[in-house]
Parts: sequence; C-alpha cells; structure tokens
Amino acid sequence: MEFIKAENVRFSYDEPDEEQPDKPVHEVLKGIDLSIERGEFVALLGHNGSGKSTMAKMFNAMLTPTSGKVLVDGMDTADETHTFDIRRQVGMVQQNPDNQLVASIVEEDVAFGPENLGIAPAEIRRRVDEALKVVDMYEYRTHAPYKLSGGQKQRIAIAGILAMETACIVLDEPTAMLDPRGRAEVMDTIQKLNREKGITIILITHYMDEAVQAGRVIVMDSGTILTQGTPRDVFAQVELLKTHKLDVPQATELAFRLHSAGCGLPNCVLTIPECVDALELLLTKKGAAQ
Amino acid sequence: MTPILETQELCYTYGVETPFEKKAVQNVSIKIEQGDFIGVIGHTGSGKSTLIQMLNGLIRPTSGKVLLAGKDIWEEPKKIRAVRFRVGMVFQYPEDQLFEETVLKDIQFGPRNMKLTENEIEQRARDAAKFVGLPDELLDKSPFELSGGEKRRVAIAGVIAMDPDVLILDEPTAGLDPAGRDVLLSEIVSYHKIRGNTVLLVSHSMEDVARVADRVLVMNASHMQMFDHTAEVFAHDKELESIGLQVPQVTKIMAELKSRGYPVETCLTVEQAVAQLLPLIKKGGDRV
Amino acid sequence: MTRDIALGQYFPGKSPVHRLDPRVKLVLTIAFIVYIFVANNFWGLGFLALVTLGIMVVSSVPVKMYFKSMKGILFIVLFTSVLNLFYGSGKVLVQIGFMQITDDGIRNAIFIAVRIVCLILFSSILTFTTSPTELTDAMERLMSPLKVLHVKVHEISMMMTIALRFVPTLLEETDKIMAAQKARGADMESGGLMQRIKSLIPVLIPLFVSSFRRAYELAMAMECRCYHGGEGRTKMKVLHMEAMDYAVLVFGGAVLVVILLLNHFVPAVI
Repeated sequence: MEFIKAENVRFSYDEPDEEQPDKPVHEVLKGIDLSIERGEFVALLGHNGSGKSTMAKMFNAMLTPTSGKVLVDGMDTADETHTFDIRRQVGMVQQNPDNQLVASIVEEDVAFGPENLGIAPAEIRRRVDEALKVVDMYEYRTHAPYKLSGGQKQRIAIAGILAMETACIVLDEPTAMLDPRGRAEVMDTIQKLNREKGITIILITHYMDEAVQAGRVIVMDSGTILTQGTPRDVFAQVELLKTHKLDVPQATELAFRLHSAGCGLPNCVLTIPECVDALELLLTKKGAAQ
Repeated sequence: MTPILETQELCYTYGVETPFEKKAVQNVSIKIEQGDFIGVIGHTGSGKSTLIQMLNGLIRPTSGKVLLAGKDIWEEPKKIRAVRFRVGMVFQYPEDQLFEETVLKDIQFGPRNMKLTENEIEQRARDAAKFVGLPDELLDKSPFELSGGEKRRVAIAGVIAMDPDVLILDEPTAGLDPAGRDVLLSEIVSYHKIRGNTVLLVSHSMEDVARVADRVLVMNASHMQMFDHTAEVFAHDKELESIGLQVPQVTKIMAELKSRGYPVETCLTVEQAVAQLLPLIKKGGDRV
Repeated sequence: MTRDIALGQYFPGKSPVHRLDPRVKLVLTIAFIVYIFVANNFWGLGFLALVTLGIMVVSSVPVKMYFKSMKGILFIVLFTSVLNLFYGSGKVLVQIGFMQITDDGIRNAIFIAVRIVCLILFSSILTFTTSPTELTDAMERLMSPLKVLHVKVHEISMMMTIALRFVPTLLEETDKIMAAQKARGADMESGGLMQRIKSLIPVLIPLFVSSFRRAYELAMAMECRCYHGGEGRTKMKVLHMEAMDYAVLVFGGAVLVVILLLNHFVPAVI
C-alpha cells in the first residue's frame, strides 16, 4: 500500500521577487515524484546540496512544497489540520545527536514524544521501556545523555521516536557525526526496526555502504531524482554516480574497473565476499582454461 | 638527523589521585621525521586525541617528554605558545571556532598572535587561503555566510597560515560528502608536497589513511599498538580487526585472495589492486 | 576543568530521599534555606546542621560527591568568613594595623561559614536526589495557581528543563573552543583585565553562534516530536503525595518549631 506519495514537488527557500518577477528563483527541489510503500527501507542518496535533506523535511510536514503535493497516508502535508496527525505517523531523527535530546535523563527524554501526544502515564512507561529495549539502551535509562557516546545518543533519539509508535522514521544523515562503531550501532538498529518491527525507514545519507543495506536506493542531484532502484541496479552505474559527486564502495569500484578492462566480471558487486568470490571464480576459470 | 617530533615514554592520566582517575595515554615513544605524512588511527577513547594534544602543548604530560626538534617543549612552560605555532593543530569540526568579521581576518588570527609584521600577516593568510582552494572573492565575506565545506577550509587555512613545521589534523573530512572529502584530502596532500613539512592526519576512514599516509600510528586502549609503514600496518588485517578497526575494503579483498593462495601483495588503493589483478587475470590465475 | 562541576548533577538512586515527592523536596529546601537565616544562635544552626547531615546519610549519595559540590564554593565561604573576622566588637584578640580580630569576629566568621555550608549541602541534596525533569515538574505544579494570572508556567518549566539539559553540553563546547583558539596562539592567561576580556571574544562569539544553531535544531526536533505547548500534555511520572510525603512535611514544620524555641530561649549571636 502506498504510504507516502510526492507529486511534482517543487520547493524554494526564497520568496519570488515581486518587483522582478523574471528573476529566477533558486529551486532546491525541481519536481520530485516518488512513492514509498509501508514497510519499505528506502535510502535517499546525494551529495551536500542535492536537495535530499529538504526532501526529508517534506515527509513530516516540517516543510511544505512551494508547488506540488506530498501525501502521507492520504493526508496532504499542506493542510495544517493534519500536521499533528502526520507527525504521529512519521518521526524524524536528525544529524546532530546533541541537539535533539530535550531532557537530562535518558528515559525522560524518550517519554517526551508520548507525553506530547497526551498518552496515559502507565502506557508511556510501557512504551519508553520497550523502546529503550529495542535500541538496546534500557540499562542506561537513568543516565545523563551528555555522558554517552554519539552512537548511544543517536539510539536514544531513535527510541524517542519509537515510543511515539510512528509507522515511519525519517533519518536525516544520522551517522554523519559518528565514529565507525557508532555508525554500525545505528545502522544495526535501523535494520532491526525495519525487519522486526516493520517500520518504514527513509534513510538520508551520503555513505554508500549504508545505502547498500536498503531495499531501494533513490539518488538525488540538484533537486531531481537521478536514478532509483535496488542497490544492485543503482550501484552498477558507477560512472553516473561518480560524475554526480558520489562514491561507490571500493569492492564495487574494483569489480567495475576490471569489468571495464574487459575481464569477465559481473559489473556490479556490492560486498567484499561477493567481490572475492567473483575474482576467484575468474582466476580459477582462466587457470582451468589454460 | 634529529626527528622533528619525538615522544619519550609519554603518559597522561586524567584526574590524578581522584576517584575518577583514568589513564588516557601510556608509554608512547615515537619518532616522527621531518616531512613524514602520518596517519593516526584508533577508536574513540583509544587515547589518540589526548596524544595529539600533548604534541602541541595543549595538554601537559603527566610523565614522559615531547621533544620538538630535539628540545623538550615543557623546558620553559612560559614559552609553550611558541610551540603551538610550530605544531599547528586543526581540531574536529574546526569551523566551530570561526569568530571574525571576515574570512581573511579570521585566517589572520594565528599569524597576528605570532606578532608578525602586517605585510607578513596579510601574505601568509592569502597563501594559506590558496592552499585550501578558497577563492579571493570569499576572503572579504563573513565566515558565517559560507557553506559548511568552505567554513572548514577557512578554519584549516587559519592554522596553515601560522606556517607550522608540523600540522596535525583531527578528522578534517568528518561530515563532508564524498566529493568534498576527496577535494580537501588532495589539498592537504599537495600542501604537504609543496611545503615539505610534517603532517599528522587523524582519521576514522581507513580508505583515506591508506591513500595518503606514508606511515600509520595505531592507538588502542591508551597504548601504541603499531607504528609502521602504511602497507605493513594494513597487512595486519586480523590484528586490526581484533581491536575493532577495519582495513580498507580493497586491502581486505586482496588479503582474502592471498590467503586463498593467489600470488598477490598487500594493496592500499583500487589502482594498486587493478594493476596487480589485471596481468594475473590475463595470464590465468595460477595458484602458488 | 569545567566539566567537574558537581552542582546540579543528578544521582539516580532508590533512597527514601529520592522517592519523596519532588514538590515536598522543593518546598522543604526553600523552607530550610529560610530556617538557616531564621536561626540566630549556634544551637539552632547546630541543630539544622545535624538534620542536614542526617538527610545526607539517608540520601545514600556518596559523601565525596558532597565534597565535590563544596569545592567550587569554598572560595566564597572563605572570603565571606574572613571578611566577617574583622567585623564586630568585643574582646580584641589580634591587632593588625588598623584592623582587629575580636572574639565576636571569630564567632561571626564560623557562624557564617556554617550557614553557607549548610545552604550548599542542602541544595545539593535536592539536586543530587531529584532529576532535573522532576524538579521542573514540581515547579510547574507548584506554580500552576499562577496560571490564573496568565503566567506561562509550562513554558517557564520547559525552558528550565532545556537549560539544565544544555549546561554540560555548553561547558564541554567552551572547553573545546578554548583549546582550538589556544592552538591558534590565543593568550587567555596573561594581560590586564581589559585584555583578558578581549581575549574571550574568540571564545564567546563561536559559542553564541553554536548556541543559536543548537536552539534552532532543538526547536525543530521538538516540533517533529509533536510538541505543542502544555495543552493536552501528559507526564510519564505522575506526582502524588503519599503518607511518607506528609510525614516529611510535618517533620519540616517540627524543625521550624525547634528553631524558634532555640531562638527564644538561647541568646542570639548576631
């Protein structure tokens, strides 16, 4: 079932100049069409300034299109009477883990969302405990967030959204400020939410190795959708990605270069074991042919 | 030749003689030669931040010595500021430190503190801006109007402008997108080549370290785990993994092929791997 | 380092003091601060000090934490008591130039020192055993009658929650920016007062800039989490008074009676 639908979304931060109506307005989004199903894991990929973060804010009515439409579960984000209901459905986690935690105690921060929804105290308690268990931070429930690592803080931010029981979580570069360990923790948590809880995930990132974990990758560049599809289909287009300031995993790049040099290698491998196996197959086959 | 930077049995303990005592760095002895490009890797909390802050005198060691060109930097504590001019330090997210009205003035802050002549201050700031690829028209703007990547460059230029003998960069590419990261990294490499000074690059990205560093210092649990040529360090993929560090993907792939009996050597970049694999594939992969 | 400031730190626990209704704790803390100034002789003050020590023991917060909270204040304690040494009439004990120390002065100095120490310890008990959210919650509830006067009670308490949450973050950031500017040769340790103030500009401006960014991002995060003011908001931790809480209130009243009696029957010091 279609959960989020964007129709020809255009957006500009500037107001059109009334005195100079001909002066072109800088558009951040230039007619985006996309739809996201319930339970999907979508990665929105693009370099800084590609419009991906602006697009992310469209999904929970933090921004509304200058023209075009975004529908969340059938509700138009431009209709202010729906704003609250939309944010109950679509939660958001931001880049800087320090700037999205409100309370000085972990469990009280996680309770912030449900408290805003006016849920009964006992039910909030249950949700908070459960959410903290899902992100594996239950034992830290009485700690002060500022003493925790970036990855842990980010998981608390995720728990804060989980406790609101939203159907979808939008994560806007959640790992950009984390070290490799923190990144892995957050990515594992996201995977778990999608697989075990069936939560729709929209992950905004510029890390290819994270996008590879999604079910669908949408590549954005200068406010348009450049290409989309399964990670395998998208990362096969190594040259296209590179010309749009993006990167591919080294395993993919190695296979691609060898493929281009005329070796009989599949043109898209995503992981290290895949690459090693493909290379071995090639080397032994050639060896056998001799 | 005297190493430009040397540490002898360097130790640092936080909160000595309090219940919160924590050993951050223990017995680190290294020699860094003039002109080296060194990668520093290790987990958050491995002690690498404390270590680099001792190298420019921001943190005073609990015991042990830091020698800059053979001279103990704490011999005259009053002159520690002079050490900071010679060992430049770019912190993580350095754009958070910008404060002047214009980009140029901000870059001049360091040289001005050095009490250079007005001409020299101007010259050094403009040179530094060039090294990091800041166009002239940005120099009179307010630093707060710039994009994230541009701000980062201004902050790095502010340290380069002091013309340090040793430049330490803590995660200079954190938070940048792949294109921004590549450009900044190549600017640092070319700065190193042209100036011929010593660079220490702290990074979580093994790919970046493998690409640019001559030698790699590995910190683990407040100790120095390894300090060797880049290829040597990354050849120890199992040891690195055991302390929770990765090796670059391409290094891992080649190591895996090697362990399956193919005649390949440790690779640090995709280019190296292609160069090794192509002839091998062309003539057929005879296992050794 | 700035990070070591213990004042305003919460120590999670399950002691009877922790479990008290934060409203009771808040009211009693304010009451005790008043008591400290009501007590006008050593007997009353000694009695209060004893009560404070008793509560400290029951709170099961490590004693070293209380010492730590005293550390930052020590200077003020010494300063004011030294100042008091030279006041007051009575038998002159020491004569230094035109200044003299009298037995009254010594008594005053000790009295003031004990007062301040009690004050700090008692407020530390409150902050150590009460989470910031509980505290602001209690404030919101206690002030709620003011809503009639159109005082934005919820907003005030939310502001306090956020302020408390960001104090450690901003202290850490200050450390970081200071280190970065020192690395560029900023000199913050020497020079006269004007020069020192000037040398803070490179720290303060970045701090302001980042605080604004943080405020903006936090506001956005709060909106994303459906924050829409106090209307229709519930709380995970509901405050309700139990027998213990009433008992403690009665105890607080009894302490006042004792202080007043001691004031009345024992001659005042000042």
